[in-house]
This record gives sequence, structure tokens and C-alpha cells, in this order.
Amino acid sequence: MISKLQGKNFWLIVIAAVLAAFPLFSDSRTMTILLTQIFIFSILAMSYDILLGYTGIVSFGHAMFFGVGAYTTAVILDRMEPTLGMFLLSIAAGMLIAGIISFIAGLLTLRLKSHFYAMFTMALAGLFLVAAEKWRAVTNGNDGFTFRAPEFFQDRTMFYLTALGCLIVVYLLLSRFVASPMGRVLIAVRENEQRTASLGYKTLHYKVTASVVAGIFASLAGSLYSVSLRFVNTSVMTMDITLDALLMTIIGGVGTLIGPILGATVIEFAQHYLSGLARDYPIFERWIIFFGIVYILAVVFFPQGIVGWFRQVRAKRSGKRAAALKAKQPVLKAKAEENG
Amino acid sequence: MEPILKTENLTIRFGGHTAVDHVNFTLPPNEFKSVIGPNGAGKTTFFNLISGELKPTEGNVYFKGRLLDGLSPVERTRLGLGRSFQITNVFPNLTVLENVRLAVQSREGVRYNPFRHFSSYKKFTEESMEILATVLLDGKADAIASQISHGEKRKLEIAMLLALDTEVLLLDEPTAGMSLEEVPSILNVIRKIKEGGNKTVLLIEHKMDMILDLSDSIMVLFNGKLLADGTPEEIMQNETVQNAYLGGMPHEQTAHA
Repeated sequence: MISKLQGKNFWLIVIAAVLAAFPLFSDSRTMTILLTQIFIFSILAMSYDILLGYTGIVSFGHAMFFGVGAYTTAVILDRMEPTLGMFLLSIAAGMLIAGIISFIAGLLTLRLKSHFYAMFTMALAGLFLVAAEKWRAVTNGNDGFTFRAPEFFQDRTMFYLTALGCLIVVYLLLSRFVASPMGRVLIAVRENEQRTASLGYKTLHYKVTASVVAGIFASLAGSLYSVSLRFVNTSVMTMDITLDALLMTIIGGVGTLIGPILGATVIEFAQHYLSGLARDYPIFERWIIFFGIVYILAVVFFPQGIVGWFRQVRAKRSGKRAAALKAKQPVLKAKAEENG
Repeated sequence: MEPILKTENLTIRFGGHTAVDHVNFTLPPNEFKSVIGPNGAGKTTFFNLISGELKPTEGNVYFKGRLLDGLSPVERTRLGLGRSFQITNVFPNLTVLENVRLAVQSREGVRYNPFRHFSSYKKFTEESMEILATVLLDGKADAIASQISHGEKRKLEIAMLLALDTEVLLLDEPTAGMSLEEVPSILNVIRKIKEGGNKTVLLIEHKMDMILDLSDSIMVLFNGKLLADGTPEEIMQNETVQNAYLGGMPHEQTAHA
């Protein structure tokens, strides 16, 4: 068990190292930008999975936290000096605001049962979108505004590494979080909320915490996103962002942290290459149609996503091995008893 | 001695139907009391009122002399009122061990720690294994809860209740839907709890031999009313009880045993 875990960690470290070294070997601007985009959306999708996959909360309003982060960073960098310090400050400010909003929203809405909650978050996100459109003094509405990124990020590679670093840190933090006693209770809430309560856990506290954690990291993703574009408009608040996060989580595999990362990778690459095909085949202008189909197929045939499917295959294989072992088991047990 | 659990005129109405009708009862500490009555007599509803899943229309529940009015099931569990469910109610996609470990973790008050790794609480896991051994489930610790047999789920349910280590145990038909071969092992578990001598148990059951064997006292519910309350001998000889329940509906026992 332990060696297996280390094996998994080993591969993750190798992949992270290869990604970190990637800019040394390739100067493909497209690839760097694409990978940066993947890192950012991986963070968003992981934060969404804390809600969907771990706590079992379906939220249609995740874009609002992403948008809060994006706008906070953009506005601060635009109004103040675009320095690295301001960038860090804006991330912290975005996280704080998103945390407060998700706390209040969670407290107000998480008492609702599943689909009512989903509807409510959708309405709330809609409200934020309208606010971003109307509050032109700050957001410049739908037109959005450009701003200057910190000097440090003029070099795409630096930003690439920063995004990668953020992804790794968030992954480590969240994997510790879901393995903590608290994270275990979140999973229990997903499995059987009423039973969790009858064990003496106040489930509302856990759901609100999950929503705050998810909100904070979504805001981080938003901050990075707006800096990567050096531009922000209301599109960061739209339903598309939430749907992206949902799609990435489900295709990658709910209830895991690797899943959302894989999902983000698959979707970003697919988006890139499918829309690239549009030059030859006009139908790919509407590549999103194919995504709809893939999505439906995924939900029907791989409800557990890529990671879940992979695990199943492995479980089947080890199941066969276990069956083979079983024949030897009684002997081992008898031996153990002798020794014990 | 002050009763650990007491109800006063406990009543609940669902529309025009009075499911529990002015029930007054007291339960001294460490007593083993069974609740019997035909189907629809209001036994489970009575449990729901005590554990806080339902709010009484009228009347009160006292735990150690403290009025429980308005306390949620969570708060009641933390005070020391644990219950099992008639319908199997476990965490289906978690391992058997994890099911019990969550209960141990709750009892130990480790509720909000978001940073330590859960397995660093080794003693929780060890204790969970011990409890699983008590209910004869230690061989199934790594099985997924939805994959084990119905009888094993019932045992798991009891294991979770034991892990909470509450003073009062409300057991709602622990043998419901079990195959005959599985019943003795559950019986053993319950007998062990009783022999421990430090738990107060309120048990709903239909199996009369089991009740007569285990109970210090028996209360009979019929159409929501408390028909009788006394030692097993008294109850067996009580004419109203015989007419209403034991004699009046002879098929009742066999039908649900």
C-alpha cells in the first residue's frame, strides 16, 4: 500500500519536473500559453471538485468566485502600480473577498436541498454577472479593460512557472485537506448527510467550509487567468466558466484531485485542436457541439471519469490477482497465527 | 435514582392521525428496556421523537433531567443519545472501517482539523478495529459497505453506535430483515453490550424470545398509546396486552419474526 502510494507520488514528481523543465526545451509560445491555461483551469476544476466530488454539492455559481478573483487582480493592477507585490496583494484580496462571499452565500443557501441549492447559486452568479456589467466605473462593463501585468511576467516563461507552482501548491494543500479528519467528514456528508448528522457532526458547518475553500481557490484561478490575458471582461463571470469547471471535473473523474487536472488537460487540448480544425472543416467552428456529445457519452459510459475508469480497470486486475492469492491465504493466516 | 430518560405526555399527530399518544415513561440508568407493539403502533415514531428527528406536537423528553426541547439530533447525540436505524443507514461507498472510524472521530471531538492527515490519528483506527472485532466484522474491515451482506450491515450499524459510546442506545429492530443464521451473532453483540453493564438500552424488536431473554422491562405500545410497562413476567400475564397484541393478533409475531 505504502509503496504503491509512493509510486504514485513518484510519477507526479516526475511529471511536475518535466513540466517545469519544459520551457528549457521548447520555445513554442502556443504550447506555453496552452499549458499555462491548463494549470489555471486545473486549479479551478480542483476547487470545484471539493464541492462536487468530495462534499456532493452541485453548484452552478462557481464562476462568480473565479470572476471575483479575476476582477480584484485586474482592478488592483490597473489602479495601482503593476508590481509583483501588488499582484500578490491582489491575489490575497481576491481570496479574502471570495472567502467572505462564499461564507455568506453558503450560510444562506446550503440549508437548501441539492437542486434548490444549485438553482440558487445559478441565480446568485447571475446577479454577480449583472453587477459586473452595470458597474461600469470599475469593470468597464462588457467591454472590459486591459491592464499591465507586473514586469516579472513580461516573460511568458516566468508566468508559466508561477502558474505551475500555484497548481502544485494548491494540489498539495487540497490533497492534505481532503485527507484530514475534516476532509473525511466532507466525504461522509457526500455519502449520507443525514447519517453524518446522526453521528454528531454539524453538516452545515462542513458544507460551508467546503464552499469557502472552493471559493478561495477558484478566486486564485481567476486572478491568474486575468493576468495571463492582461485583460478582463464579464466573460469571467459567465456560466461558461462554471460549465468548463463542471465538464473538466466530470470528464477527469469526480472525487479525486488528479481527475480535474486530467480533465482540464483533455478539454484544453481538445478545444485547441478542434478549433484549429475549423480552418479546413467549418463545422469545427462549433466544436462545442462535439463537446456536448462527448460529455453525454462520458456521463453515460464513464460516470466516474477517466480516473474512475482507470481505477476500475486496475481493481479488476488486482481482483484477479487477489483471487489467485486467496488459494494461498489460509496457509499464510495459519502461519501468522502460529507466529503470533 | 433519577431516570436517565423520561417522557411526559409525549404526543405527535400527523394530520388527524395520532401516531404517539401521551406516552409517559421513565428509563432508569443501565436498564435494558424493550419496546413492543404491532406494526404501526408508533414504536419508530416514538424513537424519532426521542432522538429529535421529529418534533413532538405536545409533551417533552428529558435526558438526565434536562429538557431536550428544540435540540437537534446532532446535539442529542453529543449529549449521549445514540440510535441505530431500522432501515440500514450506513455510508455505502466507504469501507467498513471508515464507517466506524468516522464515528470514533466524532466521539473524540476531532471535527474540524483540516491539516493533519487522518491516518495520523492511529488510535482511532485501532479502536475502530477493536469495535469491529466486537461485532465480528473485523474480517470485513476493508470491504466497501455497500458490498457486504444485509446482516453485516446491521452489525456495522451497531458498531457505529458503539463507537459513539453514548450512554443511551436506541436500537431500532437490529435484526430486521436478517436471515435466521445471522440473528444469533447480533444477539451476542447485544448481550455483550448488556453484560458491559454501563449502557442504557431501549430496544424495538418483534422477536419475543429475544426480548424475554434480554429485557429488564418491557413497554407495550398500541395505536400510539402506552398500554403497559413492567417486567417481562408482568407483561406476559397482562390481559390487555394479551388481548391487544400477543393474543389478539397471534400472527403478528410470526409474520415479523
